[in-house]
Amino acid sequence: MTAAIELRETSRAFGSVIALDGVSLEIAPGEFFALLGPSGSGKTTCLRLIAGFDQPDRGRILLDGRDVTDVPPFDRDVNTVFQDYALFPHMSVAENVAYGPRVRGVGTAERRSRAVEMLELVRLGQLADRRPNQLSGGQRQRVALARALINRPKVLLLDEPLGALDLKLREEMQAELKGLQQRLGITFVFVTHDQGEALSMADRVAVFSGGRIEQLDTPRGLYTRPRTAFVASFVGSANVISGTLAQGITGRGTPFAIRPELIEIRPDGAVAPEGMLGVGGTLEEVLYHGASSRCHVRVDADTLLVVARAESAGVPALPPAGSPVRLAWRPADAVMLEG
Amino acid sequence: MLRAASSFLHGRNAFYVSLLLLPPLLWLGTVYLGSLFALLAQSFYAIDEFTARVVPELTLATYRQLFTQPANVDIVLRTLAMAVAVTIACGIIAFPVANYMARHAGPKMKAFFYVGVMLPMWTSYLVKVYAWRLILAKQGIVAWGFESTGATPVLERLLATPVVGGPSLSSSYLGMFIVFVYMWLPFMILPLAAALERVPASLLQASADLGARPGQTFRNVVLPLAMPGLAAGSVFTFSLTLGDYIIPSVVGAPGFFIGMMVYQQQGTAGNLPLAAAFSVVPIVLIALYLTLAKRLGAFDAL
Repeated sequence: MTAAIELRETSRAFGSVIALDGVSLEIAPGEFFALLGPSGSGKTTCLRLIAGFDQPDRGRILLDGRDVTDVPPFDRDVNTVFQDYALFPHMSVAENVAYGPRVRGVGTAERRSRAVEMLELVRLGQLADRRPNQLSGGQRQRVALARALINRPKVLLLDEPLGALDLKLREEMQAELKGLQQRLGITFVFVTHDQGEALSMADRVAVFSGGRIEQLDTPRGLYTRPRTAFVASFVGSANVISGTLAQGITGRGTPFAIRPELIEIRPDGAVAPEGMLGVGGTLEEVLYHGASSRCHVRVDADTLLVVARAESAGVPALPPAGSPVRLAWRPADAVMLEG
Repeated sequence: MLRAASSFLHGRNAFYVSLLLLPPLLWLGTVYLGSLFALLAQSFYAIDEFTARVVPELTLATYRQLFTQPANVDIVLRTLAMAVAVTIACGIIAFPVANYMARHAGPKMKAFFYVGVMLPMWTSYLVKVYAWRLILAKQGIVAWGFESTGATPVLERLLATPVVGGPSLSSSYLGMFIVFVYMWLPFMILPLAAALERVPASLLQASADLGARPGQTFRNVVLPLAMPGLAAGSVFTFSLTLGDYIIPSVVGAPGFFIGMMVYQQQGTAGNLPLAAAFSVVPIVLIALYLTLAKRLGAFDAL
């Protein structure tokens, strides 16, 4: 099957800053794909190259098998939902949505009915004649979505689509985007710096760092088998243990990561179950989070481990801060990292 | 003392604001608008033909004189035609410059362009007008330029054009037009660049993304959003051309313009009511122009 999007060894530099460093990537048709990374990691540059707003210095970009590296955005079968939504302020909601058909020469009546149909798809049919500045953030987001989908593109690009929304709306839109993508069967590629968003929505995630893809995997794969310390601590939180401390615990110098919720914490002197790895430390602080508590445990001068502890009736009380504690985890839960 | 005054004003917002507004309101209300209305009121008086004195009785006689004497109507139409032509030319020349300044220039280039656009305004207006008379003269540098490139026939052809032509550029409407465009161009570029700078780049990308070719993006997105700037700039170029009396008297053909008429009527001719009536014309024309621009949606994007 031909990839919906393929990047071959694409690089892009802005002056002396290398934004994208020889990235290769294949995204399958109908996939919900996330480009995840901190700001300046190259994820947005990658999206702009696919949309055609920017050209790579080296490498090729293929859409559905066709080389589009030198094709301008208006001739690419790709549409974008912008971070700031980029709605035209001088047009009504319906005119905004009908813009794609309009510039392609579709008649007034037909494009109006198609726009209304798209607005109903995002449940905004009754707002067709409003101006963008009369809408809330969530409504603008839906208009931007309807406008980008009206041309029935093969690929929809979303640049931090939920970044400007508040938490509750964000969770609602996550479910809605996912549902929409499944119904339409269009390839969705979205850029985000929010790992929770990437994990909950995407089929596969490319984690960017320093202009390169650090790891490309399913959300579950990223979380349970991070390959590098960067991925381990960027996707969810993780305790990365390396150097002599790692040597002391496992007998090997390889750094490894262990998730806070997979570590058990016991008062010092309690007997650790058979076959578990562990280390002793001093309990520094306990932060209460409702469903769980996060305990900060000082293991040595440079290492502070975080332990997440479920708050339920059966869990024994923790000793007071400053007490010595014992940490333990199953060897299989520790993930060995590269270099 | 100062502290006491500050704490007295704190919390008395309305009083504080009116205190701040009082001086400018007094200036705007009495000195500025007041004298303008006093001037306009003059246009509803008329001059006594025998005594050459203004008769302080309300009458439309002066306006009748303005609109029935063919010479006066000619002056209004000539000035209007020049103002329209200058405004259109300024818009066409300013757009690419303003667009470059707003969208493409780096910080250094942008500063250079802003200074470059405003620099001519630091020079005396009269000096520039007289300099242009020399530049456009029969033996001036423009004519020399045409001659040394062998393009003199082109210049002669241009000057042979009826109405706009003349014996030389400095004594033709064409020359006057060039000087007007030169003089008012900054007033078009600056508001236009400010308007274009406010258009987010993502809107242009969104337009291209949805399939619009550059021409369509310009027509559907850039132009409508630049309209407030274009409207502001054109009000400047339009009204400055309508009211100017120095350029038409230094450069160009002998036909009269509104500004020259106002100058002459209130001075040598001593007909203050007619001068006032002539100055009402640009005010009415600009009011009409703004109404039309609003109808066409020029300010929708504000």
